[in-house]
Amino acid sequence: MIGTLESRIPSGPLDKKWSSYKDHARLVSPANRRKLDVIVVGSGLAGGSAAATLGEQGYNVKCFCFQDSPRRAHSIAAQGGINAAKNYQNDGDSVFRLFYDTIKGGDFRSREANVYRLAEVSNSIIDQCVEQGVPFAREYGGLLANRSFGGAQVSRTFYARGQTGQQLLLGCYQALCRQIAAGTVKMFPHTEMLDVVLVDGHAKGIITRNLETGDIHAHASDAVVLATGGYGNVFYLSTNARGSNVTATYRAYRKGALFANPCYTQIHPTCIPVSGQHQSKLTLMSESLRNDGRVWVPNKQGDTRSPEQIPEEERDYYLERKYPSFGNLAPRDISSRSAKEACDDGRGVGPGGRGVFLDFADAINRLGETTIRERYGNLFDIYEKITGEDAYNRPMRIYPAVHYTMGGLWVDYNLMSNVPGLHVIGEANFSDHGANRLGASALMQGLADGYFVLPYTLPTYLAGQIGKRPTVDHPEFHKAETGVRERISKMIGVNGTRSVDSFHRELGLLLWDKCGMARNAAGLREALRKIPEIRGRFWREVRVPGSGEEFNQSLERAGRVADYLEFAELMCTDALERDESCGGHFREEHQTPDGEALRDDVNFASAFAWEFQGNGTIAPPKLHREPLEFETLELAQRSYK
Amino acid sequence: MNFKLRVWRQKTGAAKGKLADYPANDVSPDTSFLEMLDLVNDRLIEGGEEPIAFESDCREGICGTCCLTINGEAHGPDHPGAACQLYMRRFKEGETITVEPFRAKPFRFVKDLVVNRSALDRIVQAGGFVSARSGSAPEANSIPVPKQNADRAMEAAACIGCGACAAACPNASAMLFTSAKVSHLALLPQGDPERTNRVLNMVSVMDEEGFGNCTNTYECEAVCPAEISASFIAKLNREYAVATLRKKLGG
Amino acid sequence: MVAVTGLVLLGFVIGHLLGNLQIFLGPDWINSYAEHLRDLGPLLWFVRAFLLVNVVAHIYYTIRLTIDNRRARPNAYAQKDYVKASFASRYMWLSGLVVLAFIIYHLAHFTLVVADPRLATLKLDALQRHDVYSMMVYGFRNVIVSAFYVLAMFLLMLHLTHGASSFFQSLGWNDKTMTPHLARWGRVFAWLIFIGYVSIPLAVLLGLVQPAQPL
Repeated sequence: MIGTLESRIPSGPLDKKWSSYKDHARLVSPANRRKLDVIVVGSGLAGGSAAATLGEQGYNVKCFCFQDSPRRAHSIAAQGGINAAKNYQNDGDSVFRLFYDTIKGGDFRSREANVYRLAEVSNSIIDQCVEQGVPFAREYGGLLANRSFGGAQVSRTFYARGQTGQQLLLGCYQALCRQIAAGTVKMFPHTEMLDVVLVDGHAKGIITRNLETGDIHAHASDAVVLATGGYGNVFYLSTNARGSNVTATYRAYRKGALFANPCYTQIHPTCIPVSGQHQSKLTLMSESLRNDGRVWVPNKQGDTRSPEQIPEEERDYYLERKYPSFGNLAPRDISSRSAKEACDDGRGVGPGGRGVFLDFADAINRLGETTIRERYGNLFDIYEKITGEDAYNRPMRIYPAVHYTMGGLWVDYNLMSNVPGLHVIGEANFSDHGANRLGASALMQGLADGYFVLPYTLPTYLAGQIGKRPTVDHPEFHKAETGVRERISKMIGVNGTRSVDSFHRELGLLLWDKCGMARNAAGLREALRKIPEIRGRFWREVRVPGSGEEFNQSLERAGRVADYLEFAELMCTDALERDESCGGHFREEHQTPDGEALRDDVNFASAFAWEFQGNGTIAPPKLHREPLEFETLELAQRSYK
Repeated sequence: MNFKLRVWRQKTGAAKGKLADYPANDVSPDTSFLEMLDLVNDRLIEGGEEPIAFESDCREGICGTCCLTINGEAHGPDHPGAACQLYMRRFKEGETITVEPFRAKPFRFVKDLVVNRSALDRIVQAGGFVSARSGSAPEANSIPVPKQNADRAMEAAACIGCGACAAACPNASAMLFTSAKVSHLALLPQGDPERTNRVLNMVSVMDEEGFGNCTNTYECEAVCPAEISASFIAKLNREYAVATLRKKLGG
Repeated sequence: MVAVTGLVLLGFVIGHLLGNLQIFLGPDWINSYAEHLRDLGPLLWFVRAFLLVNVVAHIYYTIRLTIDNRRARPNAYAQKDYVKASFASRYMWLSGLVVLAFIIYHLAHFTLVVADPRLATLKLDALQRHDVYSMMVYGFRNVIVSAFYVLAMFLLMLHLTHGASSFFQSLGWNDKTMTPHLARWGRVFAWLIFIGYVSIPLAVLLGLVQPAQPL
């Protein structure tokens, strides 16, 4: 294994770790920063803010994104908001409470020190964004407004209508634009990273493909930062953007970076259900709908009557029945699983029986249609646009969908992976959300990493690297570049009969079934048997038209799906190995008598970091465990009864 | 449902392009327009033909990647909304649907229905930001902003940067795009110090890129998926006039 | 600049209409009005020069604008539909050109009196003033002249439905609440101008206004 599995958490009391780290961390002088090149892959909240900040500090930054503009990164689609411990509402919030809620929400599977640091810098993020001109919602007095969000008893979420992610991303895109104009950041849009290059065990560059021309290029640097998001699209259908992919992190994994907790995926309970084979992505409906909607399915299996014809006594309001005190507001993982159970039982509604009703009839009777329209008007509009149904007159249909992935490349306190020089930030790393992420904390983590953490921790590595940057003539670059070219020719050379998407769809269905909301050993073993089969067929039957020397979307997708076909195996291996239930990872074998996730803290209070094995072929990966030590908090069972 | 597609096919910017006919049969009315194109592409690939190149990403109307002109309208007939939010039930059975890329000189042609819109990025690079160093910001609540200004700034900031305004404009003008960013930042106290140079520089880059001029036809706001109002263009004109005057007076 | 020069010309269109409508007040009114204009002497020439400069500038900037705008889309759409852009707003150059042709003819007709030699034979009126009144009546008795006049006024109206509200936007005197009002009043205004101008030849052709002297 390259490097070590050392978390490098500073000593000292929890609330002093970050400030004492900053006081003693190594620095790079401004004159030397000009001599250092940093590659940032990805331009979302994490990558964009990191590239802008590092450029501003005086490093030479190269930033890459596969989209045609850095402003289109998928962070833009986040709706709800961003958490910060400002306590503007005077409701008793504090850094410690935000830290505690995040650890508890993550079902005690994240590092205390990282999460505390996240909570600590959360306030600076809000200051920074306001200064950039992010138009957060305000009260009539002109001060910032907040709203409450799941998993917390305080109002700490800042928001900009339903477009918080967009506004935060545009803030950091604009900061990035400023640096591009200043010449400190060179932007490479429509450019995809296809491999990371290691020289003497250090990450010193990447190989990219220009998506418009097909040109393969090698870029050398003093450090590489991956900010390439999550892998939710391994399921084919998810709320992620079409282009979101695992390629950058998976290629780094193949080069020796450890992949941690790949089985931790978050399933969001309120999405618009799949309407047919043609569907390419799923759309999230804000969770806030569950404040006024009642979830139900018919009592009878295969009941195809339209909802208004089903009398009250033949309906099963299953969340209210099973969780009398939380009712329709049960947490994300629990409501998702309950919906799956009802549908598995043959009582699902809508096309394919994969959906449950979210009924506003009672709320409309109680509050009037006007109030409901005020609260959720835009969501009802989106719903109507997609389904063609009017949710004021008939219940909505919803179903859970993959939404976020907590797992990612393993990083230490410096956000550096076990591969020296390879830093990983945002959703691409595994660090802060444990086994389940709370609402409104993904935006917080991305910006914390990019604006406030990496710019302080990166010099710890860079200070020792001045003058050590190889050129792209180094044999390792040639080797990596040749590898990339060969893989492209191989994909085009298959010249089979099936489209790339058809394999992706097949893989997604299998994973959703066996490694989705609920998992069990038998199902996971079956998936582990079937994935290599699909992969084998992919390499025999796929058809990638066109050539590598042009704009070729089939080729782009083929590369990504080929990586998913390997990554899926890693994910199932991790899910099988983690023989407990925690957060988003629910193993049917491990549940309390009333169906709650049952953790096993004795054997599994650790992060699983997987090392790629095999040379050219794919061998079972090697497991490394990083024990999670809870010095401040006590491990407790979550209960929502 | 069944449709007849007429799709713009062109290999590169230098090549000659033409409309080609494709059938789109057995399409469910619940299919989105882009999913219908996916379907056509899958069939093309399996039949040994090159698929139609078109870009999309979030497919929920926020990223601004999709850039199709459908039946002569930017993003198609269902306004406000991006092409990815358009569903086939909006069309008539058997209808002929023409699909072209966004056309404007600054949108460099790439392939089929794909264009490069980095000209819009360069307009923002010319000044569409607040120079705020990371970590140097004052406490967020230290400058109150009247709610109506914050709300109005949000209306302008909602722009998704798709370029439909320029694609639909008879003059291929990017005034709506530019005015949205200028207005967003001019409405907030944080944007005030750089206000004069921002508008002058952004407008000058907009012209250099080769976008046309605004003749107030308001076609832009009619097709804008983010419902950006053309009254921001009036604000841009005002900002520009004031800034020019201030520069002339040595301010 | 198009907006600024357009605004000046718009001012002229209003003033000229008010002047012409005096025909309904009888020969004495309008002839004395014309005489007053002539009495302005050098000032009249200054105003004429100013208007001419404005016309030239309006056209010059429009041509530049249109060239720029054409260049901005070298490859036309195979199919193009407009959702909101009105016919008037898209064909300002066309309505403008016809109106220009009309202005040239109009000047030749009444100011230089070259288009219709008969008008030059008109005698001065009792107070030794040019009989503008009779000139207008005889001018408009020609159906073709009147028809061209009405057509030109119609295009001027189209030009103004867009132009009369558009300059508010171009000069930045617009905001969200004003936009719909401006558009409506712009149209109302343009129609009023049209009705005003067209009323004169109609009145002449219907015989409601008779010449003050025989030819």
